[in-house]
Amino acid sequence: MFKNKDKYLSVILISPSVIAILIFVYGFIGWSMRVSLSNWKGINPDYSWAGLKNYIALFSDPRFHIDIRNTLIFTGVFVIGSILLGFFMAVMLDQGLRGEGFFRSIFLFPMAISYIVTGVVWRWLMNPAEGVRMSGLNLLFSSLHLDFLVNKWYTTPTWGIAAIAMTAIWQMSGYIMALYLAGLRSIPNELREAARIDGASELKIYRHIILPLLTPITLSALIILGHTSLKVFDLIIAVSGKQLPLDVPAIYMWQTTFDGLFYGRGAAISIILLLSVAVLIIPYIRYTLKTGVEQ
Amino acid sequence: MNTKALRKNWLYVPLIALTIFYLLPMYVMLVTGFKSFAEIDLKTMWNLPHGISFENYIEAFAQLAPSLRNSFMMVIPAALISSMLGSLNGFILAKWKFRGADFIFPFILFGMFIPYQSIIIPLVQFMNTAGITGLPGLAMAHIIYGIPITTLTFRNYYASLPQELLEAAKIDGADMLGIYRHILLPISVPSFVVVLIWQFTSAWNDFLFAVILTGNTEWPITVALNNMAGSQIISWNVQMAGSLLAALPTLLVYIFLGRYFLRGLLAGSLKG
Repeated sequence: MFKNKDKYLSVILISPSVIAILIFVYGFIGWSMRVSLSNWKGINPDYSWAGLKNYIALFSDPRFHIDIRNTLIFTGVFVIGSILLGFFMAVMLDQGLRGEGFFRSIFLFPMAISYIVTGVVWRWLMNPAEGVRMSGLNLLFSSLHLDFLVNKWYTTPTWGIAAIAMTAIWQMSGYIMALYLAGLRSIPNELREAARIDGASELKIYRHIILPLLTPITLSALIILGHTSLKVFDLIIAVSGKQLPLDVPAIYMWQTTFDGLFYGRGAAISIILLLSVAVLIIPYIRYTLKTGVEQ
Repeated sequence: MNTKALRKNWLYVPLIALTIFYLLPMYVMLVTGFKSFAEIDLKTMWNLPHGISFENYIEAFAQLAPSLRNSFMMVIPAALISSMLGSLNGFILAKWKFRGADFIFPFILFGMFIPYQSIIIPLVQFMNTAGITGLPGLAMAHIIYGIPITTLTFRNYYASLPQELLEAAKIDGADMLGIYRHILLPISVPSFVVVLIWQFTSAWNDFLFAVILTGNTEWPITVALNNMAGSQIISWNVQMAGSLLAALPTLLVYIFLGRYFLRGLLAGSLKG
């Protein structure tokens, strides 16, 4: 059916992109892995073999323990918060209210701006200063007589990272809402009508019909949010700079590599990050492509 | 029916509360930006300005103008080139099956999700050795790492077109490039808008590549804004005005082309 000439041509035309991905994604990952197995520390490359030394050192490194704790707290708050908020916003907007388009645009607009802008603005909103220097949300709460809400935000010991997760929820929950809304809209109305005729309550319809049908969307949302939280970097930098209590692997990697010139350790952190992301993403790509073909 | 409609109206309470939550940062950015220097005080940050003043914007613009220019100069070619590549790749992967095509697609797609930390050390080494530094290097990084998402969006679009469209053209004797140029490209405009917006937004908003690949004369807006915010000399009102300037280009795109922006987002979840 296809001419041979066209087959060769398509291979030739797609080659530059495939080669670029081959080098810049896979080749560079291999190169990073090699660096992570080396003693490279300093300006000049040093590929002398170190085995797993850099990895082993990380797992007994107190700073990396803080990173793992922070990543877990961030992921928990961010993923659960975004999914719950996104889902309820989608359900509310699916009720056919007037002004739906307006609300949808408002909830989604943070996706258009950068983590840096989000971080810079929220850092002033979450200003932890007390007493006469109080400002931002704390000042607002205090003047509304909601003093119990006044808190130290991202300077709270241990849980400060949850305040950053809240700004990430602000940024990404609209995206999750959009995913769920698209899912809700694809559920045929007859299904709900039939259940209503059978006497099911609205709550039961959501619990037993709608939620199960939205499972693929929840899965997508979990993967997207999960891998985003492993990569979180700009947002924390913009809110608080590089403070140890809010450290995460991506910041540690950047600092130890480009400020400390400890390339071997930086590469090891980056490979750990990559593997954590790959565990989520590879099954997801396979699953999506398989179901896509079946449709 | 009436009680149902009434019950629905209660939904406006949480919806309006959420609207306030989402707009709070915008409110502070705008209100602070329009205050005069004399009016600036953290204690009155929630108050409306007494008049309209542009001092903060003028000051912020004076600081950020070079980096806004840098961002535009880097983002526009990056978005255009990666969209062209994505369109070509998507066309080939969707319509011209060759051996290995099914393997190549997920192979490209994986590149969209990797944490860029895992390629950044080799990237810096490579760019320095090849002598591609500053803005051209940054644009090149955005082009290459943009290929997966642009290919994905176009492939899904072309795969949704009926095969008969191509068959008819083939009978008329059109070859592959002819079909692409004369049949698919003209109907690809909406997809190009989606992909261009996506690439424009993500390259404009990127920080990691920018902070590592550019020096201070070539900083794009995200790096310049972050440094402005970290500096002790520049007051917070100017930072707020600067944040708005940094957000404005992508925000305007969102306001005027929101429909296409949403389609790009849905494609990014692989669901498009």
